[in-house]
Amino acid sequence: MTELAAGSLAGALAPRRRLVLLRRLAGHRSFQIGLILVAALALAAIFAPLLSDHDPSAMKVRFRFKPPSAAFPFGTDNFGRDIFTRVLYGARVSLWIGLAVAAMSGLLGAAFGILAAQFRRLDPFVMRVMDALMSFPAILLALGVTAALGPRMESVIIALTVAYVPGGVRLVRASGLVVRELDYVEAARISGASNARIMLRHILPNSISPLLVHVTFVFAYAILAEAALSFLGVGVPPPTASWGNIIAEGRDYATQAWWVMLFPGLGITLAALGLNLLGDGLRDVLDPRLKAQG
Amino acid sequence: MWRLISYRVLQAAPVVLIVSILAFFLINLLPGDPAVVIAGDQATPEAIAAVRHNLGLDRPLIEQLGIWFWHLLQGNFGASLMLNQSVLSAMVERLPVTLSLTMLSLLITLPIGVLAGAVAAYYRRTWIDSAIMSLALLGVSAPAFWIAILSIIVFSVGLRWFPTGGYAPFLSDPLLWLRSLVLPAAMLSLFQIGFLARMTRSSMLDVLSQDYVRTARAKGLGEWRTVGKHAFRNALILIVTAIGILLSTAIGGSVVIEQVFALPGVGRLVVQGILARDYPLVQGVMLIYGFAFVLINLAVDLIYTLADPRVRYD
Repeated sequence: MTELAAGSLAGALAPRRRLVLLRRLAGHRSFQIGLILVAALALAAIFAPLLSDHDPSAMKVRFRFKPPSAAFPFGTDNFGRDIFTRVLYGARVSLWIGLAVAAMSGLLGAAFGILAAQFRRLDPFVMRVMDALMSFPAILLALGVTAALGPRMESVIIALTVAYVPGGVRLVRASGLVVRELDYVEAARISGASNARIMLRHILPNSISPLLVHVTFVFAYAILAEAALSFLGVGVPPPTASWGNIIAEGRDYATQAWWVMLFPGLGITLAALGLNLLGDGLRDVLDPRLKAQG
Repeated sequence: MWRLISYRVLQAAPVVLIVSILAFFLINLLPGDPAVVIAGDQATPEAIAAVRHNLGLDRPLIEQLGIWFWHLLQGNFGASLMLNQSVLSAMVERLPVTLSLTMLSLLITLPIGVLAGAVAAYYRRTWIDSAIMSLALLGVSAPAFWIAILSIIVFSVGLRWFPTGGYAPFLSDPLLWLRSLVLPAAMLSLFQIGFLARMTRSSMLDVLSQDYVRTARAKGLGEWRTVGKHAFRNALILIVTAIGILLSTAIGGSVVIEQVFALPGVGRLVVQGILARDYPLVQGVMLIYGFAFVLINLAVDLIYTLADPRVRYD
């Protein structure tokens, strides 16, 4: 079979197959719950200014340590700041960091994984660097890199990307190594397809599904890790609200004002839960090996 | 077999080298002048020059790297600025706390995680499966440090079952040692149990759908022996690989948990080091952990290879 024929065959099948996958996803229980949770949190983050007329860092000492009430649904902290508003704005920071880390580690993972699979000389070098990065516990690596780059949001994104890139690289390389041995890819190579064409038309599409599943879980891990870094005081610096640093600030008076640290923690849990459910759904539907088991 | 083992060992050697280079660049990565960052904003030019000289930052980069490797070969992992102590001795002092914490946590994690995952797989698509997997999902989704603070409020402040913090070495007061570690270790285990249960369930499901399990059932082998002997034993192989990941996340998690429970371990040392701009300390600790995990991952790989004859490297 020529490469052209294989390509057009795949092209003809693609829309119907895509429809089947989408329908199966839409009917998957965890995917549904995950999607609702993540969409609700994302919308709350985007429309934060519409949902609350407070300023997230406005201090009103008169109202300090107010328990949850109609005026302050989640209560106030030691500066009289509205926790509901801070959690909303914190969602922006935490979700943005998670999304950025998922996207960047996915892109870099795809790039290095494909290069390692296609150019066999490059492979040992890339993979040994990934092994080395994986030798550091992820949180510790992120802690070291953020410390070196300074406590800023960008540092947190870079640090967590560095920590989560190796997983993506390994995944894409592994599926790339299988794909490049397939007959039709061999045929494409013999009929003169360039390296770039093989990488982009054959290896990349075949690794997209597992990478998508992986990246969804990275999104969840990154939100948890950002919270941990900010809690330790090396993440997003105050007064900018992130779910992690609201908990860190609320910790000192957790016994007298439990609401300060309760609600941002619930935010983190719901976000990670939603993303893990999304990932579970995507994996069940996209990974045919596990399909029969449910 | 020996070829395989030597191949894996040889593969680990460049990783050790790259780990050391990565740790070296951690300090040279500091934006601007590392000496200024370390000495602080208010430091006098003389103080900055002293820091630069002490850390050898006034030498060419390649020479610094050479000195770094020379020191490593002698087992010198650098010296802490804030403690006036070598990184190695500072770490060795605190390692028993961290190891007690992570080992106790693994002791809690392994039986519960494996059992929960196996039971869920066996009763798949029943309410038992759903209940166990929902809890496991909660375990991998809730931030451990947050649950840990809540647990202190409930169990230590409210019910007074555990001390709110602090630590006693095992040899001086075994009872206090256990009492001060049970709650932190349990909190550290929440994520791990969830992770392991999810992993065990899917690998058990994999095995239960295999032909040899069907054969075992077909030839009239009892259900207990089929699942217990054939399925479970095969799923255990996957758990060997999980150990490496579990240890790594436990050490990572211990950094946060030690901070919450004020345990004087290595994780707390690193955080103090970062806040005090003691970069050589952070660098040294990361390096030692990095080396340790190269060895752990190598050991896991070798055990995995020996345990499963199907695994072969080309």
